[in-house]
Amino acid sequence: MNKIAKLFITLISAITLTIATISSSFAKVEGEYIVLGSAISLTGKYSSNGVHTQNGYNMAVDRINSMGGVKVGGKSYKFEIIYYDDESNPKRAAQLAERLIKQDGVHYMLGPYSSGLTKAIAPVTEKYKIPMVEANGASRSLFTKGYKYLFAVLSPANQYLEVAIDLAVEKNGGKPVKIAQAFEQDAFSQDVRLGILDAAKRTGSTIIIDDKLPKELNDMAATLAKVKATKPDVLVVSGHTKGALTAIRQISEMKVDVPMLAMTHCDAAKLSKQHGKKSEYALCASQWHKNLSYKDKFFGGGKKYDKDFKKEFGYAPPYQSAESSAALLVFKDAFERANSFDRDKVRDALKATDMQTFYGNIKFGPGGQNVAKPMILFQVRCKGDTCENKVVAPTKWASDKFFHPIPKWSERG
Amino acid sequence: MDFLIFKAPMLMVQASLDGILLGILFALIAYGMALQWGVMNIINIAQGDLVILGGYIAYTMYLAGIHPAWGVIVSPIIMYFVGWALYKLVINKVVDRDLFISILATFGIAIVFQQLMNFIFGADVVVAQSEYGTTMLFDNSVTLPNSKIFSAFISLVYAIALVVYMKKSRLGRAIRATAQNARAAKILGVDTEKVYAATFGINAALCGIAGALISITLTLHPYVGLPYTVRSFMIVIVAGLGNLPAVAISGMGLGLFEEFADYILGTEFRIGAVFMLLVFILVYRRFKLSKKREYLK
Repeated sequence: MNKIAKLFITLISAITLTIATISSSFAKVEGEYIVLGSAISLTGKYSSNGVHTQNGYNMAVDRINSMGGVKVGGKSYKFEIIYYDDESNPKRAAQLAERLIKQDGVHYMLGPYSSGLTKAIAPVTEKYKIPMVEANGASRSLFTKGYKYLFAVLSPANQYLEVAIDLAVEKNGGKPVKIAQAFEQDAFSQDVRLGILDAAKRTGSTIIIDDKLPKELNDMAATLAKVKATKPDVLVVSGHTKGALTAIRQISEMKVDVPMLAMTHCDAAKLSKQHGKKSEYALCASQWHKNLSYKDKFFGGGKKYDKDFKKEFGYAPPYQSAESSAALLVFKDAFERANSFDRDKVRDALKATDMQTFYGNIKFGPGGQNVAKPMILFQVRCKGDTCENKVVAPTKWASDKFFHPIPKWSERG
Repeated sequence: MDFLIFKAPMLMVQASLDGILLGILFALIAYGMALQWGVMNIINIAQGDLVILGGYIAYTMYLAGIHPAWGVIVSPIIMYFVGWALYKLVINKVVDRDLFISILATFGIAIVFQQLMNFIFGADVVVAQSEYGTTMLFDNSVTLPNSKIFSAFISLVYAIALVVYMKKSRLGRAIRATAQNARAAKILGVDTEKVYAATFGINAALCGIAGALISITLTLHPYVGLPYTVRSFMIVIVAGLGNLPAVAISGMGLGLFEEFADYILGTEFRIGAVFMLLVFILVYRRFKLSKKREYLK
């Protein structure tokens, strides 16, 4: 009797398990919903950018769903996203990716925020052959590993400030320039550095200061003293928001005169708001700006996206949100071209993507990086006490002229 | 010798002044740590997070339109009570346990504080503006931000005030007595529980002052507390407990060492060099101690 009961229980659990697995393997498309998964930083040190990313995703999901959804096989489907909070922790992100794929049966993923977390998740999605479109991992090393299921809508990190060096050379009458640079020791900033090294080599420019800032460091006084003593033509700084804010604070306090200052993360750091006039003339790399003339039928153009986003979330969209929205446009386009939910067909369709979104042109290179969209540079310009970011390069989208050289501190009010 | 710093003597002056000014600020944080370490035998991992919280208090004032420098008065008052409450809630349960338990407990506090600050103030890096301007020396070749001079000056004022307070006041003497021998102090009528709470409060207040100064000299972020903990730990290790002049000197010394390491070894080795120095000092101390022991034999 006892034995029979045990057998019975085993049988029942086996059946339940089977049903559970079967149902989860269909979870990629549930009824009229295409389910996407994403581990995202809602708490921890990346939480503000994590929320920007999530808002970008949600905005695009609502927009696509309300405008007819995704048409596959003559039927219309809607997007739905399962989110988990990765606590800004790479290990947790990898676990959650595994959970999304194995337990929730998600077959298509959206990327997390930051290069570090994308790096943690990519091996997992690769292992299970899950196509992932990511919008916030720019590190070059993501695109040199031969990943087949990773697609990034953004330009890789090494392209961030290359344009700035070209611009400096141009302003120097085509002659090589002297570069001073300070980069934080993390994957992203070091990739930006590699881009500068390439640009320096290409233009014959020399690098006279090459400081690598430890992550814990929030004081750049020594680097800036060196800059003061050596008088380079251009100073390049990249160290996330902390680096941007520290640099402007200390450059203004130490009265460091340098003809050109190029940085990353100015908009994320709200540089023009936090430092006001002190940040004027800083040149910043950005993935996107609302003034660009790219268009698509879902969001219209950048200005309309900016307006709609403000209406929905109450703040101006940083580029992190814009690129996240673009990721969903890419997925929609790929599903419709694949006309199937077969993962490999979708992956092949993603690979063949060649489209324009409000965020920029998107076409994936062999490593999965977006090769169709250039980085843009804006410059902080102030009128009275209000400062704004004005696009100055590339010339096609420039709304304002690039101001060069930066006036000396003694001449600035 | 192809080092920039030896070619330009003004850089040497700049580096020294930068190092000393920042070192004094770190010494203030370290003194708080030394105080409660000495009195309560607790290594406070949350030290840096208390500093950052103090900074956010000044930053909040700045957002409200008050000059952030007033933070050096408001922040320690608020932080004293935060420290006091922290003692009553958590620390009093671990104060007579072994060091490992207190490290774990304060580590937990650190995480809770980080998340709370992240929740309340957001994960953005923020700065408060003092608009103090710059002092230029030697024909503009050496520049010192007045905010750094201000912060070093305030740190010194508070440090001296504290030394006087510890020497002269009733509570100060009670604290010193408890540090020397808690049991004897208790027998002689010192309310050690009260002394502990006050010590922890004073430490938090010192962190509050330092935080307010950091908000106008450096940057604030909910997760940058640990480097301050590590640095003050290092200063205390070098200086020993309960010796304020030594703490001040070792603070400045570390600041100087760090700046010069930056010029000579390169920025990437700046913090590494400080750790190497710590290892060297610990080994040297052990070596000296073992010699003494042999002598005793």
